[in-house]
Amino acid sequence: MTLLSYLLRRLVGFAAVLIGVSIITFGLSHLVPTDPAIVALGDHATDEQIDAFREKYGLNKPVPEQYWIYVTNLIQGDLGISLRTRRPVAADLHDFFPATFELSLTALVLSILIGIPAGVVSATARNRLPDHVVRLLSLIGGSVPIFWLGLILIGFFYGRLGWLPGGARIDKFIPPPPMVTGLFTVDSLLAGNYKAFWSSVHHLLLPALALGYFSTAIIARMMRSSMLEVLPQMYVLAARAKGLRQGKVVWRHAARNALIPAVTTIGVTFGSLLSGAVLTETIFSWPGLGRYATSSAINLDFPAVMGVTLLAALVYTATNLIVDVGYHWLDPRIRHD
Amino acid sequence: MTEVLAMPARPHRPAWRRSPLTVAGLALIVLLALIAVSAPLIAPADPLKQVLSTRLEPPSAEHWLGTDQLGRDVLSRMIYGARISLLIGTVVVGLAASLGTFVGLVAGYAGGWLDEVLMRLTDVFFAFPALILAMAISSALGPSLTNAMIAIAVVSWPVYARLVRAQVLSLREREYVEAARSLGASAGRIVWGHILPNTLAPLLVQASFDMGSAILSAAGLSFIGFGTQPPTAEWGVMISEGRNYIATQAWLSLFPGLAILFTVAAFNLIGDGLRDAFDPRLRGTG
Repeated sequence: MTLLSYLLRRLVGFAAVLIGVSIITFGLSHLVPTDPAIVALGDHATDEQIDAFREKYGLNKPVPEQYWIYVTNLIQGDLGISLRTRRPVAADLHDFFPATFELSLTALVLSILIGIPAGVVSATARNRLPDHVVRLLSLIGGSVPIFWLGLILIGFFYGRLGWLPGGARIDKFIPPPPMVTGLFTVDSLLAGNYKAFWSSVHHLLLPALALGYFSTAIIARMMRSSMLEVLPQMYVLAARAKGLRQGKVVWRHAARNALIPAVTTIGVTFGSLLSGAVLTETIFSWPGLGRYATSSAINLDFPAVMGVTLLAALVYTATNLIVDVGYHWLDPRIRHD
Repeated sequence: MTEVLAMPARPHRPAWRRSPLTVAGLALIVLLALIAVSAPLIAPADPLKQVLSTRLEPPSAEHWLGTDQLGRDVLSRMIYGARISLLIGTVVVGLAASLGTFVGLVAGYAGGWLDEVLMRLTDVFFAFPALILAMAISSALGPSLTNAMIAIAVVSWPVYARLVRAQVLSLREREYVEAARSLGASAGRIVWGHILPNTLAPLLVQASFDMGSAILSAAGLSFIGFGTQPPTAEWGVMISEGRNYIATQAWLSLFPGLAILFTVAAFNLIGDGLRDAFDPRLRGTG
């Protein structure tokens, strides 16, 4: 199958999944046992206002027509009005997304930087101390409640030692950098404001460590198991036989090939990062989508909750698509299949 | 002449029993189940009883794990919390595995458009990050333990559907299924009597891992207010209630967190052990 036909097939699947996702979010917003018009406008709204609201969102129409209006609005970027912030949900998502993206991306980078070498070391030292340590830490990483880990990190590094801040994106006495990308670390560097940059990095460390531990554990396990499959292969033996140094054999020959299946795992862990962000952001008072979703859900602000759910599904599906296409492109065995 | 090699007799021991970690995981779960079942007998105090005069006491001979902000005995709340965590794991995995298995069997055996529709449906559920969808469902239904379990089951079933479908696709062409079909067995009998029993091994492995992740998800939902509600003694609720005291009275959150960690790790170890036992090629690679 050529890359183009594969890509087309996947894009059709992507569109089908998005339609399904919209049906589920639409169905969920109809599960709420309250009148959305009254919830949105409050108890003091006049009958005319309620009628106008129902007309605008098609609430007085048959369900299939309501779904059609919902999808048409979605395509135009209209996700409704947040009942809590009284702003368009799309505008809220636009404001809160960069914080979550910066946190998830940092967590993912940390997971890759720690997880891959840990998996390689673990496999090459199989059944010896480094392997046992990595396996134990991976077991803990796959089992620890992320919100609890966050609390313990705050209690120790902020409460006891006072080394790192326990919440927020930047020190309250340092003004945030002018918005370009929305990522404080990048924007502060672009503005040449190193004080803001270091403050952002300091604030990122604990939440990113808490959020990234789970994916680090998954990546390390995957990499270890992938390396154990690759190490006995003939080409690794050949590399050894021609007298290459152990480091070169492991990193240049074995690890590079073992990385291919790990790429898929990295894509899948992105979903866990988005889920984890809900909990991590709540603990670290991180002003991102997760905290926005939690506060919205507590206040029964359904347009906002559905907006976040929809965006998360979109990002997750798109990431998986990119990873799969990348995998298809990277591995010639699949490409020519 | 055919030479028959005499193999040395070796006592048969299931693969999972050869792994001390799997045995440790199993022992921990058995212990936890015993604690959960006998909670009213072994808990030193009523988990909901408030004694404000003894609030926030550190671990001592009287209160082994200390007391919380309302003077409740932390150990007793932990013991009762074990009941809820095991209940959540069992109910969620039971619901998700039943629904997923049914969908997987139908999709795999029927094939054609039905298979296509059901598999696209699983794709849609896979598109959501699990906790976000569970939170949305739980907030739509109203936060409670029951609704949290429904929400987690709703996000957990697709993995079973895919797993079982893949098994069915390979099993339905086997000779013994062909034989049953040629003998006139009905589709239901073939699926129920011949195919389903052979899908149980991978299902069991998945269920072990999912017990742990269901407990984690439910504790997470309770922590942010969408699962079990206070004052119920549940580990996620306990961590949430202790969060304001993390720097000064760390035990309030520390012990329930450790309980979740050990329980989930035990289920993961059992899952690893079962997977190795059912697929020896994977032994030691996980």
